[in-house]
Amino acid sequence: MSAATETQAGPSSRIVDLLDVERVRRDFPILHRTVRENRKLVYLDNAATTQKPQQVIDRIVRYYTEENSNVHRGVHYLSEVATAAYENARTTVKRFIGARDEKEIVFTRGTTEAINLVAQTWGRKNVGAGDEVLITAIEHHSNIVPWQMLCDEKGARLRVAPVNDAGEVLIDEFQKLLTSRTKLVAFGHASNALGTINPIRKMITLAHAASAVVLIDGAQGVPHLRVDVRELDCDFYAFSSHKIYGPTGVGVLYGKEAILDAMPPWQGGGDMILSVSFEKTTYNALPYKFEAGTPNIAGVIGMATAIDYMDSIGIERIAAHEQNLLHYATKRLLEIDGLRIIGTAAEKACVISFVLEGVHPHDIGTILDEQGIAIRTGHHCAQPLMMRFNVPATGRASFAMYNTRDEADALVAGLEKVIEVFR
Amino acid sequence: MSDLRELYQQVILDHNKNPRNFHELAHPTRTVDGYNPLCGDHYTIFVEMDGETIKDIGFTGNGCAISKASASVMSSTLKGKTTQEAHQLFDVFHKLVTGEPSSLSTAELGRLAAFSGVSEFPARVKCASLPWHTLNSAIEGDKEVVSTE
Repeated sequence: MSAATETQAGPSSRIVDLLDVERVRRDFPILHRTVRENRKLVYLDNAATTQKPQQVIDRIVRYYTEENSNVHRGVHYLSEVATAAYENARTTVKRFIGARDEKEIVFTRGTTEAINLVAQTWGRKNVGAGDEVLITAIEHHSNIVPWQMLCDEKGARLRVAPVNDAGEVLIDEFQKLLTSRTKLVAFGHASNALGTINPIRKMITLAHAASAVVLIDGAQGVPHLRVDVRELDCDFYAFSSHKIYGPTGVGVLYGKEAILDAMPPWQGGGDMILSVSFEKTTYNALPYKFEAGTPNIAGVIGMATAIDYMDSIGIERIAAHEQNLLHYATKRLLEIDGLRIIGTAAEKACVISFVLEGVHPHDIGTILDEQGIAIRTGHHCAQPLMMRFNVPATGRASFAMYNTRDEADALVAGLEKVIEVFR
Repeated sequence: MSDLRELYQQVILDHNKNPRNFHELAHPTRTVDGYNPLCGDHYTIFVEMDGETIKDIGFTGNGCAISKASASVMSSTLKGKTTQEAHQLFDVFHKLVTGEPSSLSTAELGRLAAFSGVSEFPARVKCASLPWHTLNSAIEGDKEVVSTE
């Protein structure tokens, strides 16, 4: 903690209590299983997906055991119960990211679908020939390809703000690329491949100064950082449930009400309409206009339970624990001869991408896996980024609130074993 | 760890470190790219044919130890073989890495036997077979790019 923080008055600015990691681990049943030949599981692939606490698992079981019904339709008891749980989840999400109104919370299949929704509705309506969409060099494929598809269709141009060797967006270059042609700017809150946390508030302000609309890919933001969409003033914010300890197959698109309201609907079907005749269909109000078909009800309810779980621990406490782990694991990994960390931004989430001299990441992954250690190897759905750093692939260890220093030590010991095999 | 030693046999580690025929060919009859989008393995295989005989093979590119050693062992095994012999060896190799029973003894398999441990690692079968699929396309002459997906 810096001196500046400590001099601020009030209990809220005090150093937060340490997270009780052993207590947290007890909530995650999968962390207690063994893998391969009776190896203790060391799960360090949290940027891909996080494990689920018993509370979330139980809530989903309870939904299917006691509440299963379709939402927004039935007059019967179960439908009322399911609808209430589904809509309460919307309120939970609204509170979690500081949105103004439930209308601004659209449930999707995940971050990818949320981004595609914006590209296919707002994008197709507002981006035309000669216009530009600006992204950065550290985006996940899901925040590249939907914009490429849009630009191809419309004759628009995709521009890419470069990064420095640490993996930080060059803000001057970013600013230079913002022109009157820039209709939309999309970037990650944090990079899945390198961990870089972007200075998004500043980037949003710059983009707005150029009259562009801003979408934040928050898939790697919400797991690690307090998000307040009103304070950020972003126009869209997308994230996934499964990266915040909730179920897969569900996510959120936040959009400012006025912008969502002016957008044409995307998928047609039930729930997104008010009335249908063969001559004319009247679309439903927000957010239902964008939720065609029976939604992932159990998933949405499970996601809200995961948010409640994170809130019960405290996002500040989670962040402090993860930062602590990041510094410890970084220090330990750098003790290994021939190991190089790719992505050394000053502000990072607890994601460490690395290469080991003379050993391909895929071989590292297999040898660690034999020891029960799960990491991701490959290009992390960020091939242009791998090219920028001139590596075909990296190994990536990504930590969550339930990871420990012992697990960072296990990773280091595992990598020593890799070196031994390849010596 | 015994499975690991089976996977990373000395022959594989050696061919990974010092790959044979790891260069372009001056006058290739066919050049084909092989690509595994999941892990980013990427090789270019050059073949010089003399009628039905593989006169020379070279390869360039980047990938894991299993794929690189596989390309290296394949190139030295197939040089001078006919396309028919190459197809037969591909079949043998494929059975070996997918764990299908084969009638060949270890001695008959020769250096290919070094890949017997791969079948215990389903995620790595594609690594071992990528160079073979790529070469197959080169001698068949039907594709410019081969992908494992």
